[in-house]
Amino acid sequence: MDINTILFGVYPYLALLVCVVGCWARYDREQYSWKAGSSQILRTRGMRLASNAFHVGILFVLAGHLVGLLTPEFIYHHVISTPNKQLLAMVSGGLFGALCFVGLTMLIVRRFTDPRVRASSSFSDLLVLVLLYIQLILGLSTIYASSQHMDGSVMVMLANWAQSIVILQPMEAAASIAPVSLVYKLHVFLGMTLFLIFPFTRLVHIISGLAAPVKYLLRNYQIVRRKRA
Amino acid sequence: MKIRSQVGMVLNLDKCIGCHTCSITCKNVWTSREGMEYAWFNNVETKPGIGYPKEWENQDKWNGGWVRNRDGSINPKIGGKFRVLANIFANPDLPEIDDYYEPFDFDYQHLHTAPLGKHQPTARPRSLISGKRMEKIEWGPNWEEILGTEFKKRSVDRNFDNIQKEIYGEFENTFMMYLPRLCEHCLNPTCAAACPSGAIYKREEDGIVLIDQEKCRGWRMCVSGCPYKKIYFNWKSGKSEKCIFCYPRIEAGQPTICSETCVGRIRYLGVLLYDADRIHEVASTESEQDLYKKQLEIFLDPHDPAVIAQARKDGVPDSVIEAAQQSPVYKLAVDWQLALPLHPEYRTLPMVWYVPPLSPIQSAVDAGHVGMNGIIPDVDSLRIPVKYLANLLTAGDEAPVLLALKRLLAMRAYKRAQIVEGFDDQQILEEVGLTTLQVEDMYRYLAIANYEDRYVIPTAHREEAMSEAFAERGGCGFSFGNGCSTGESDINLFGTKKTTRRDVIQTVQMWEE
Repeated sequence: MDINTILFGVYPYLALLVCVVGCWARYDREQYSWKAGSSQILRTRGMRLASNAFHVGILFVLAGHLVGLLTPEFIYHHVISTPNKQLLAMVSGGLFGALCFVGLTMLIVRRFTDPRVRASSSFSDLLVLVLLYIQLILGLSTIYASSQHMDGSVMVMLANWAQSIVILQPMEAAASIAPVSLVYKLHVFLGMTLFLIFPFTRLVHIISGLAAPVKYLLRNYQIVRRKRA
Repeated sequence: MKIRSQVGMVLNLDKCIGCHTCSITCKNVWTSREGMEYAWFNNVETKPGIGYPKEWENQDKWNGGWVRNRDGSINPKIGGKFRVLANIFANPDLPEIDDYYEPFDFDYQHLHTAPLGKHQPTARPRSLISGKRMEKIEWGPNWEEILGTEFKKRSVDRNFDNIQKEIYGEFENTFMMYLPRLCEHCLNPTCAAACPSGAIYKREEDGIVLIDQEKCRGWRMCVSGCPYKKIYFNWKSGKSEKCIFCYPRIEAGQPTICSETCVGRIRYLGVLLYDADRIHEVASTESEQDLYKKQLEIFLDPHDPAVIAQARKDGVPDSVIEAAQQSPVYKLAVDWQLALPLHPEYRTLPMVWYVPPLSPIQSAVDAGHVGMNGIIPDVDSLRIPVKYLANLLTAGDEAPVLLALKRLLAMRAYKRAQIVEGFDDQQILEEVGLTTLQVEDMYRYLAIANYEDRYVIPTAHREEAMSEAFAERGGCGFSFGNGCSTGESDINLFGTKKTTRRDVIQTVQMWEE
């Protein structure tokens, strides 16, 4: 098995498996550790701009990846052509990526330089921010790489890789991604790594952040618990 | 009608001497943990003052409590559900730790290790958050103790609204009172309403409001929702925590730690029965000044046979109904109307009530500074302006405060006449609408204040909470999540630490250059 197959055919399954089982185990056994890990109370200054920019930006970018990579060609062709889809991805991803970049830069500066926030940060808090920052810079630099080929061919190869992974075709997946240039591969590899570390970091709050609003909007303002069995 | 029971509290401010025993014993039991150094489930403030956290009563600033909309509905002042969710990334209404105070410890070890010098070595403060030297301690849970800080700063106190406050800055006119504060365990808690995770709940049996530490995700909206600022974000664990009304003690029929250790015997604990179906209606009363009266209506007479029948039907145990019939809280709040709620205008329907203080009236009377209204000293000339108490306890309506104060004075005058002069002065009682029986009871509860009278707490029916007693056999008692096991290795997969390990920043140092 060559390195390409291991990294893009096997590693994604390893990462996703660890992510799912890890989250399950943490939710079941260590819910007390499951939290957003906000440090706003220690230093409010700049948080409204930084945190909102970061979260809005990254949520849009993530949703874009999900829809863009996993929508099969024959479906989106009813709406948009392949080159136009690439252009749309580059422009919208670029805008929200830039927004995210501004927010994340501020958050990183805050986390590493503010004595209070720094002292109360765990290693994993720092690691997550740095990995996200590298990932974001890699992602933004793919915009430049993509501008060299506006026909959407690379985008299709990446989408094929993602879709093959989902339908459990590792060899096909590895073969689809083999020809793309290094910057994309690094971005994909680091993305998988983020899935791998997901259950062991504060990233788990993403799940709660997506689930909580649904419950919150449906429930009564007051919750009453009865002790009787 | 849906009857629920709640263990409520009354604090007799007339007898509070501001000794802080309640705060200290509470701190020792519940918040002497990392991340909670700055948190005081119970603290005693000197009023007038802006308090802890700074200006907690200023809801234009913090947006705590509920607001009534034009259509008669109510929603948290921080916003409806969509606005709460929209602010989840950065909460615009969250106090910073400096609004409470930066937690600190002192370099005590320096006293032992300082080299020989000309001056006494000192133990200087060091931040427990960053571990860095703190040159100055800026604020605390009782920074304005006995009118500390200048009047100009203290007078920002919102209870001075609609009062010509300048004269109270003059030495001869100054006044003060103590205000011990804890979670109000509201009938209509805004903290619970603001929680996106639904981790905050009210217990049906005793009305205690708790945060499920497993379910809390640290979205910190409850901190903003609570108008009393009695929810604290544990910056170390990333979860919110609050006063738990010492529920393990309440369940065992014992008073809370703050009540148990109160040397002034100012605290009362007792059961109140209330109609849960009316919470929404009462909380959305149009006029803020009517909220106090409406809240009194929600409490049910525990002697009424219809109420007893309905309570039994709704699953309230007989022991709880009996406790409600002897409840000192019912007597003080409903029967005699001496105790008043703290800031009813927040629409939270608070359940920790306060008997207003008479202030150092007696010495002033003796000195001839206070006018007399017949035998009773004239309340309008009390040192603490009635309007100030009304802003604090009845949304600005002076009538209930005056009635409570007059009744307290009448009780004193009546008992004085009875004991000193051997004269049964019914005229005083008629003036304030009390019977001999009531005033004798008031005397027993307020002046004598026996332990058994102050705390009437039914034990929880633990046996009914278990589906099967056999399954509980050999259980592991108190433990933090995760069953009885906290694992074997020191490194936890998910980054939590053992509950038995403390990670307080080391403030020990040899000396400073």
